[in-house]
Amino acid sequence: MKEKHAPTDPQRRGFLDAAAAGVTAAVVAPGVILHSVTAAPRSEAVTSDVRWGLLIDTSKCADGCSACVDACDKENGLDLQTPPPGAAEARWDAQKAVWIRKVKVQDNQTGRVTNLPLMCQHCEHPPCVDVCPTGASFKRADGIVMVDRHICIGCRYCMMACPYKARSFVHEVMENQLTRVPRGKGCVESCNLCVHRRDHGEESTACVDACTAAGHEAIVFGDLKDPRSAIRTRLAEMSSRQIREDLALNTGVRYSGI
Amino acid sequence: MAKAAVRAGLVAVGLAWVLAAQVVLAADAKTYVVEGSKAASLESCVEPTDLMRRRHMELIKHQRDETVHGGIRSSKHSLAGCVDCHIRRVTDQTPAPIHQKSEFCGACHAFTAVNLNCFDCHAAVPKGPGADLAAQAAHQAVGNRPSVQVGPEGEGH
Ligand code: HEC
Ligand code: HEC
Ligand code: HEC
Repeated sequence: MKEKHAPTDPQRRGFLDAAAAGVTAAVVAPGVILHSVTAAPRSEAVTSDVRWGLLIDTSKCADGCSACVDACDKENGLDLQTPPPGAAEARWDAQKAVWIRKVKVQDNQTGRVTNLPLMCQHCEHPPCVDVCPTGASFKRADGIVMVDRHICIGCRYCMMACPYKARSFVHEVMENQLTRVPRGKGCVESCNLCVHRRDHGEESTACVDACTAAGHEAIVFGDLKDPRSAIRTRLAEMSSRQIREDLALNTGVRYSGI
Repeated sequence: MAKAAVRAGLVAVGLAWVLAAQVVLAADAKTYVVEGSKAASLESCVEPTDLMRRRHMELIKHQRDETVHGGIRSSKHSLAGCVDCHIRRVTDQTPAPIHQKSEFCGACHAFTAVNLNCFDCHAAVPKGPGADLAAQAAHQAVGNRPSVQVGPEGEGH
């Protein structure tokens, strides 16, 4: 039987906090750049000082390569989905939740074929947010468009409103979810730019890492508001477009070579 | 006279018995904290115990909005933190889901007739890389330096 104890003295806790703060300050003061392996988790709410985005160079995106899709599946537990008993494979492939689709487009007049990964485009003016009846679909201050699944009722208006077919509905009961990526039947979800990585101060996304590891370097991730970021430098160098720019959604994901 | 004395005696015995029973009850006051959990070897929860018993749902739900909308991951009230500290750990075995009737959250919720759907989506056992990261803040809040526990699937980051 476990003994009962008095709760920790709040004053003692206050002292510990102060001591911890002192240590941090002491380390930072001499101008040493802190690049710890696991950056401290975010303790203040995100702001619009940054806007996360991706730049995809379609000329480097290889035909038949699915490194980004596979990495995304693993990072976000999408590979843990199981088909309902007796489901035909093709049907399940069309139904299960995916965050990135590899798309191949062909110009019928010239025959030119382009490959590209298509995911949530993280619009500045997201139609999915406009149509959501509960406020579940929202844009985080740092530009990430996502679904608060505690509020999502699974109506799927957002899926119909999205011009990029970027959202998925979870049709089946889930088991064995990852701690960092909760997921369950009855809600809509889509790419959230590896939000857990953002909040732990990591530098890239799973798809970017995988594409680089596969030797293609077709995807760059970064802050669209920082003029010195890698993504802004590349955007300034090469011509790029938004998919369906006629809709004036100001997407956070840009493509070059299309 | 004699009768009255006997009655008084009986009442006294009865009172003593009731008091003794109370003392025994207090001594093995029921706790839902399970053997083999990190919590079992710690002194206090992330907030005083009486507060946790009564208000844990408010703390978690407040945290939920802060995390999902504000991206705040440094809080001691994270759901991942509750699971990490309160899960029953058995060597070489996958722990039982924390919402099962025999486990920490499940046992008390069964007793109090509370039904949750949180674990339809949330991992009811710590799972995957980064699971310990999510619980770090909670451990620090109680002054517990987490020993990095690498489970069968927690192949680090
Ligand atoms: C760092 C470890 C740790 C974390 C994290 C933690 N707890 Fe606890 N919890 C404890 C300990 C230790 C106790 C026992 C306190 C005591 O004996 O008075 C406890 C007790 C409790 C109790 C009272 C149990 C009883 O038998 O009456 C509840 C309820 C509780 N915790 C809920 C939670 C919830 C909900 C969370 C997540 C927000 C959480 N705990 C996170 C360590 C932890
Ligand atoms: C439909 C699926 C779903 C259900 C049901 C659900 N959640 Fe969540 N929850 C999520 C997702 C998705 C996140 C975002 C995870 C992230 O980005 O880290 C989340 C995040 C959280 C967080 C912040 C992360 C953490 O570990 O602290 C808390 C707290 C939380 N949920 C509490 C709850 C509670 C309490 C319930 C039950 C009343 C619940 N959730 C039910 C999907 C769900
Ligand atoms: C000591 C008993 C006890 C323990 C242990 C306990 N709970 Fe609870 N919990 C309750 C009670 C009682 C309620 C209902 C309170 C009410 O309805 O006012 C509740 C309600 C909740 C709610 C709100 C449910 C809703 O639908 O609004 C959440 C979320 C919750 N508990 C999470 C947890 C988690 C997670 C754990 C394990 C880490 C846990 N609880 C452990 C007693 C407990």
